[in-house]
Amino acid sequence: MRYIAVDFVARLSMIETERLTRRYGHLTAVDALSIRAEPGQVLGMLGPNGAGKSTAMRMIGGFLAPTSGTARVCGHDVQREPLAARRALGYLPEGAPSYGEMTVREFLVFIARMRKLAAETGRRRFDEVVGWLQLEDVLEASIETLSKGLRRRVGLAQAILHDPPVLMLDEPTDGLDPNQKHAVRQLIDAMARERTILISTHLLEEVHALCNRVVIIARGRLLADATPAELEARSRYHGAVSFSAPGSGVSQEMLGRLPQVAAIEVDPLDGRITVFPKPGARILEPVEQLLREQGLEVSEIQLERGRLDEVFRHITTAQQGTPA
Amino acid sequence: MSPVTAVMRRELRSFFVTPMAYVFLVIFLVLAGILTFYTGDFYERGQADLQPFFVMHPWLYLILVPAVTMRMWAEEAKGGTLELLLTLPLTLWQAMLGKFLAAWLFIGLALALTFPIWLTVNYLGAPDNGVIFAGYLGSWLMAGSFVAIGACMSALTRSQVVAFVLTATVCVLLILAGQPQVLDFFSGALPRRLVNAMGYLSMLRHFEAIARGVLDLRDLAYFVLSTLGWLIAGVLLLELKRVR
Repeated sequence: MRYIAVDFVARLSMIETERLTRRYGHLTAVDALSIRAEPGQVLGMLGPNGAGKSTAMRMIGGFLAPTSGTARVCGHDVQREPLAARRALGYLPEGAPSYGEMTVREFLVFIARMRKLAAETGRRRFDEVVGWLQLEDVLEASIETLSKGLRRRVGLAQAILHDPPVLMLDEPTDGLDPNQKHAVRQLIDAMARERTILISTHLLEEVHALCNRVVIIARGRLLADATPAELEARSRYHGAVSFSAPGSGVSQEMLGRLPQVAAIEVDPLDGRITVFPKPGARILEPVEQLLREQGLEVSEIQLERGRLDEVFRHITTAQQGTPA
Repeated sequence: MSPVTAVMRRELRSFFVTPMAYVFLVIFLVLAGILTFYTGDFYERGQADLQPFFVMHPWLYLILVPAVTMRMWAEEAKGGTLELLLTLPLTLWQAMLGKFLAAWLFIGLALALTFPIWLTVNYLGAPDNGVIFAGYLGSWLMAGSFVAIGACMSALTRSQVVAFVLTATVCVLLILAGQPQVLDFFSGALPRRLVNAMGYLSMLRHFEAIARGVLDLRDLAYFVLSTLGWLIAGVLLLELKRVR
């Protein structure tokens, strides 16, 4: 039955906001934000700190009421059917808050009770989630004594305990060391197979690692809604070729004479040369051919996909962004 | 298990995780003893009843209830767990009720642990135990009003200290509202009816009869209604925080 239900709401989209707005006095934290996450999608909400990502998530989670606009989870309006919306949602708030004085076991049992999991289902899910997040060894430890990475895992366990079709994670890797980040990302990746996930981050690498769609938000407004590849294609670096040719005076003039080349830049620090194509042109082969003809030693040559950080900076610092 | 019970059990457990709960119980019992035997002239009165014991309860609650309730919402707001709690599938009412019941039961436990005083008075004489039972019941109901005030004040702020001070202030105002000195002070400035109404709001006035063992329906209604009123105010405050 559950699959039928999920299939039905699939067409409704799992998370949907319509002109969602939140004002604090004169400050507009979230401004007419309309996003949607389709089933099976990992939607990354990307934006600088203070862009309104957390505020938007708090409204979707039902912690804050929207000033105007609506948000729906699995078709349930978060204002009119708050409990149905929250039941469908697993939510990891910013900083993964949990009751520090409780042990991991007590905390998860509390969540299971609040989620009204039947005794048997609750035990089964408890074992599954604990095993999966590798919390067996710390079950009897107070949460406040755990490391940041472990606490984040407890937060994730709390969010997925009731096996929700929709997951919302607010900066799940913030403040973790690279190993912990990697571990959390692997977990999210594994969860993505059967769920819709909305994840907020200000880390660009996370988008590459996890998301198959990205919305960029700044000053509370939606500035871009695209796949990571589409965003990269907007980069100046998209299709550019870069190489290092140590100890050789590659003639920039000769490269510049190639008809497909628009510009050439040399990194003043390491001497790495980047050749930019004219719009739509493919320059890897001509550049390689030229280098071969000149008999130049090239230690390594790279075709750039485009740089998300550059696109991100460009979009979020533009004076007036228009939604794409 | 309903969310109310789940919240209540979590709160109760969190009381006893730290030594605070035990410290509280000890202080409560010691103070109750001191106030009864020294301030209340328990022996000198030469009567086998617990009136000197019950008469002190408003003052006992004045200090100790705010200490129990101050962390109720303020701590969650400060630690960020409020967001976790309020995005779980439960209504604000259920959360409030669960927390209120936990604190009220805890005060009830403290009250129950004063039973040696009851044993003492039974050892020394032959008191009317029905009257004593009525006194305990009335005292616990009054404690409910205090706890509800504390719950409301804790919802108002992120600071436990502020919650404590606000709760104690409101409680002392409600205790003293019916005292002759206070009423005299206002009788010059306010219309007579308003002064009378103020007197009727007084906790002491409603508790005095109960302390003597007279359970008047109007006094019980006063405590039940004021408890509900403060809880409603607390829920409205929480809702206001969500919207504003």
